[in-house]
Amino acid sequence: MTRIQEKFNQLKSKNEAALISYIMVGYPSEKATLAAVRGLIKGGTDIIELGFPFSDPIADGPTIQMASTESLNKGTKIDDFFSIVKKIRKEADIPLVLMTYTNILYNQTYQKFISRAKEVGIDGLILPDMAIEESKDYVKAAKKSGMDTIFLVSPNTQNDRLKKIIKATSGFLYMVAVFGTTGVQTKIHKYTIDALKNTKRSANGKIPVGVGFGISTDKDVHKYVSSGADAVIVGSANIKIMENTPVNKIESKIFTFTKKLKNKTR
Amino acid sequence: MKIGIPKDGRFGEFGGKYIPETLAPAIEELEKSYLKIRNDKNFKKELGRLLIEYAGRPTPMYFAKNLTKTVGGAKIYLKREDLLHGGAHKINNTLGQALLAKRMGKKRIIAETGAGQHGVATAMACASLGLKAEIYMGYVDTIRQKQNVFRMELLGAKVHAVKSGSKTLKDAINEAMRDWITNVDSTYYLLGSAVGPHPYPLMVRDFQAVIGNEIKKQMKKIPNAVIACVGGGSNAIGTFYPLIDTKTRIIGIEAGGKGVKTKLHSAPLSAGKKGVLHGMMTYLMQDKDGQISETHSISAGLDYPGVGPEHAYLKDENRVEYKAVTDDEVIDAFLILTRTEGIIPALESAHAIAHAIKISKKMKKTESIVVTLSGRGDKDIDIVKEYLSKQ
Ligand SMILES: Cc1ncc(COP(=O)(O)O)c(C=O)c1O
Repeated sequence: MTRIQEKFNQLKSKNEAALISYIMVGYPSEKATLAAVRGLIKGGTDIIELGFPFSDPIADGPTIQMASTESLNKGTKIDDFFSIVKKIRKEADIPLVLMTYTNILYNQTYQKFISRAKEVGIDGLILPDMAIEESKDYVKAAKKSGMDTIFLVSPNTQNDRLKKIIKATSGFLYMVAVFGTTGVQTKIHKYTIDALKNTKRSANGKIPVGVGFGISTDKDVHKYVSSGADAVIVGSANIKIMENTPVNKIESKIFTFTKKLKNKTR
Repeated sequence: MKIGIPKDGRFGEFGGKYIPETLAPAIEELEKSYLKIRNDKNFKKELGRLLIEYAGRPTPMYFAKNLTKTVGGAKIYLKREDLLHGGAHKINNTLGQALLAKRMGKKRIIAETGAGQHGVATAMACASLGLKAEIYMGYVDTIRQKQNVFRMELLGAKVHAVKSGSKTLKDAINEAMRDWITNVDSTYYLLGSAVGPHPYPLMVRDFQAVIGNEIKKQMKKIPNAVIACVGGGSNAIGTFYPLIDTKTRIIGIEAGGKGVKTKLHSAPLSAGKKGVLHGMMTYLMQDKDGQISETHSISAGLDYPGVGPEHAYLKDENRVEYKAVTDDEVIDAFLILTRTEGIIPALESAHAIAHAIKISKKMKKTESIVVTLSGRGDKDIDIVKEYLSKQ
């Protein structure tokens, strides 16, 4: 069983949903990344999603685009990413998920990249541009390394597709809350809640369903958890905090914010 | 070797549809609608009429006598896509797709543009068919192709200057895709080259194949060689596709910039590596980590780090030769054609001319080369002026 699967089992027995927190590695610096990770862990987040920047992040809105560009401009390389993951792994046993784009893996071959990621302590992968139709080799390589493949579904995903995607997914299923890119939203749509219920029905208890994109307040967390989400994913809101906070304050600010969100998952 | 409808959207191992899940239903709907109209008599008739009466097809085949004499080798013929409405081959594709969008009941059209030629051709097609157009253009390109921004605005389109990433064509595509993800129900994405997720490379190739089909009809004998410039690859695949099954030598010319050994070029087939970008698997310019490289070309229309998947396939099958020419060679060719024939070519098209000049010298006088002159060069005269003033 992977760390992610274990975590969801533990939470289930406590009747809790998971809080999954996203940050961009190397934004605004390696030091800030490590400080944020400490804040997230102390604040009680259940799973950390580490973004590795890609030059052309088509599924991301302005906030994460900015963080990607900044991180790349600072010179963040894939070797730096792996070495940061190693550092985090020395301090904590929390499940770690890598979110990046297909080309970063394809470039080294799926097999090589995934076995290296697994070795340093990554438990699952999210690739927003990996469509189910193209995923055969990727899923095969991940299975071989015991890496979870976290696929995305959208509110407009039809049930027959949903079934195929669920079959290829392990760890948890990532439901995109909105028609749009990542970023802070101001309202929760009825179509999202309907889609969440439908997705849960299709998942049928076999795989946890997380909701992400645009979630930024404890109210949002409460609403999704009370509508049946097994996990909520918060990203741009963390980046926004880091954007406006000096490095020596990042840990405490992220801690306070995370604690507030985590409270609403119980 | 010739692939009609690519199975699973793949030309050999290239292509596919690497897209965010939100776009999957839209791509599926597009594929279904396109395959339905692909053989629809009424659709063909309506598009055929627009191509003749609105765009100005068929375009002439011109024997460039003076150029041939100056170079002193094989006969050079020019397929005059520069004479089309708007000044480039782009209208062949925008009319086809805009008509399809209309059939699909979409009223809002978005598009990306590099040099502005596809943006202008989209704005024209939309104006004539009563559709609303919004065009994404890299901020850098809005500066170097200022005139086309105003042309698009005059034609009633809204132009968004894209300030993310490298602020050029690839970022304009990123932003158009983000728009599509956000407005997926109401919006049709009218892609301008033979790139992107399936079915775009197929669709754009089909709409541009009118170029190659006319070449076949207009040349008494199949030419010994055909040459076209390759950005995303739409004018080239339109030229090549109908000739794949013949014995003609087929050559695609990429933008060599300051030289393919430098980093300052846009030649993924000559110096790139396989990868995934903008929904397709193809040759890309990228660094060791898989980050997409910034590209350089004197012509904004070729300034793109990727290339259509069918070209990647034809390269690996060794059916088409892909070569690159440098900015300097392009300027020389631009001047030679302008002065010998009185035809000012687009800098993109001047790439193909440059290579024709190179190879025609080594060919027999009885042999023939057809060069697709994809566009006219009015849009480029400021760039050429600046280039010459620095010499
Ligand atoms: C005149 C002309 N030729 C060629 C191109 C390159 O596009 P493609 O390779 O799709 O034909 C452009 C693109 O803007 C263009 O304007």
